[in-house]
Amino acid sequence: MSVYVRPPEVLPGISRRRRYTDWVMCGLLGLATLIALIPLGLILYFLVKRGAGQWSGKFFTTDPNGNFLGYPGGIRSALLGSLEIVGLSTVVALPVGIGVALYLVEYGKASRFAGLVRYFIDVMTGVPSILFGLFIYIVLVLSHIGGTFAAWKGAVALALLMLPIVVRSSEVVLLLVPDSLREAALALGAPRWRVVFRVVLPTAGPGLVTGSLLAIARGMGETAPLLFTIATATGLTASLGQPMNSLPTQIFQDITSPRNAVVDRAWGAALTLVVLVLIFNIVARLAARRSRMT
Amino acid sequence: MEAGAATATPSGGRSFLERSPVGRLPDRVLKWGLTFLASLILVLIVYFFIRLIGQSQDALSRFGLSFVFGNDWDVSRNIYHGAPLLIGTLITSGIALLIGVPVAVATALFISEICPRRLRTPLGVVVDLLAAVPSVVYGLWGVFVLIPKLLPAEKWFASTFSFIPFIGGGTVTGPNYFIAGLILAIMILPIVSAISREVIASVPSEHKEAALALGATRWEMIRMAVLPYARPGITGGAMLGLGRALGETIAVVLVIGNAPVIGQHLFNQGYSLAAVIANEFGEAQGIHVSALFAAGLVLFVLTLIVNVIARGFVARGDRGRRGTGATGVTIAPAVTEP
Repeated sequence: MSVYVRPPEVLPGISRRRRYTDWVMCGLLGLATLIALIPLGLILYFLVKRGAGQWSGKFFTTDPNGNFLGYPGGIRSALLGSLEIVGLSTVVALPVGIGVALYLVEYGKASRFAGLVRYFIDVMTGVPSILFGLFIYIVLVLSHIGGTFAAWKGAVALALLMLPIVVRSSEVVLLLVPDSLREAALALGAPRWRVVFRVVLPTAGPGLVTGSLLAIARGMGETAPLLFTIATATGLTASLGQPMNSLPTQIFQDITSPRNAVVDRAWGAALTLVVLVLIFNIVARLAARRSRMT
Repeated sequence: MEAGAATATPSGGRSFLERSPVGRLPDRVLKWGLTFLASLILVLIVYFFIRLIGQSQDALSRFGLSFVFGNDWDVSRNIYHGAPLLIGTLITSGIALLIGVPVAVATALFISEICPRRLRTPLGVVVDLLAAVPSVVYGLWGVFVLIPKLLPAEKWFASTFSFIPFIGGGTVTGPNYFIAGLILAIMILPIVSAISREVIASVPSEHKEAALALGATRWEMIRMAVLPYARPGITGGAMLGLGRALGETIAVVLVIGNAPVIGQHLFNQGYSLAAVIANEFGEAQGIHVSALFAAGLVLFVLTLIVNVIARGFVARGDRGRRGTGATGVTIAPAVTEP
């Protein structure tokens, strides 16, 4: 006998009111899930519909030119600038972030100071991104360290934003490294630093990659910290010491333009940005799938 | 791995197994280096707070409390009373919570309790993808799709329900509080949903099975076993979402209208703390700059308070459990000494 059939003579059936309530509520929950998925579908639809047509060889190989007529230029400088800035911020945020996570897991543990650091990391996660821009403006731009606006200052602002994400995800992964591995290495006479570099980090490697990629994806899409740090430039520059263009700031500027051609460029650039972010997200998830340590 | 470094030559008064002072050096360097990095974060945040107060000193000393409570933000007359900004921030975030949290919690319940097991992971991933969309793209979509498409519906709504205060009557502008709140609701949905899912997953299956064994339907099981247990965690998740909504800049500045007045009703233009910084900072001079820093300070303090309360809730709901940290927000469990 199937378990789902209830012998009516033993137990009374569920009353009609309760059964309907159950159906209605479960239906509502399903409906809410559908509603939650609608915006994502709509955004992707409009991005592809209005952005894909913009993609062309010219779109990726020319810079915005500011002409009032004709082709407004593509997104070469924005794309390269974004990659350069995010690359630099990754170089800053990853070592520091993983270092702090290592401190928390290997040395700080449950100490009061480590708890304080964790708390501040959480606070940092909640700080609005535009405030990181203000912070870098106060500390690096106002003080004229290496000129006023520069790409590397934007990268530092992004790094601050990425830092708590890297720390949090790395800490979780490092905690998953079995203590027996550490103990085995220590018992063989390896010093602590060697245990960290030869046992803990390689074991946690794929997980660390996942967290880092998610942080990069997050940093890539941020506009607010760049507004007052890299200023606005449209030309192509490889120098990190000068104002630089980036995809999010380019889109932000293009949105307010009265020219349709420029708005179209914003859609094309937005599609490019979303594709980049999604690639990082997907790779991160694939890396996570390969690193089930437990 | 080579253990060669560990076997130092016996010399002096050291025992055979003891490491030479030079051999011990890297250990100390690593330990204090990492501790230095960790303390750097504390120093940075405190330093930022102090510098932000310093920069906003001019505006705060000149306008005093009316910077927060006065209703007059006029760049041309150099008067900066920020109530319109603060109220705009609160209204839009409130709308975001009202719309976003119920949908997010319902989504979390559906994904973790009702939908077929095979659909769980893909549905969760798709909802999480909402968080991957950059805010400037939300802004772009809001300006060119959401605002024009929703305008007729908003006009109909405002005239039909004109008897309700704060909703009906007056003109309906394209960019307004409601659009900003709606976009914020979409943006906070993934984080609230992810935390709710985590909390719901931690409800002991004994509770759920007990409810079902007593004859509860699925909904009754959710209402009587899942929700009471998960409530603190869900509240914390909603507060974290509120923190996000308060500080969101780029999407809001594009769709709120940037009018430095308190909108008369839901479909009026307004301004927000974050939006004013993004919009006016580039051209600001003198006391205006200081006023914008002060707006940043108010925003900082506001998000700080919300986040601290949220962490309290999440930690309370998390007590005695291992945080999975999949969203990077749960409090990681304290490591025990090996």
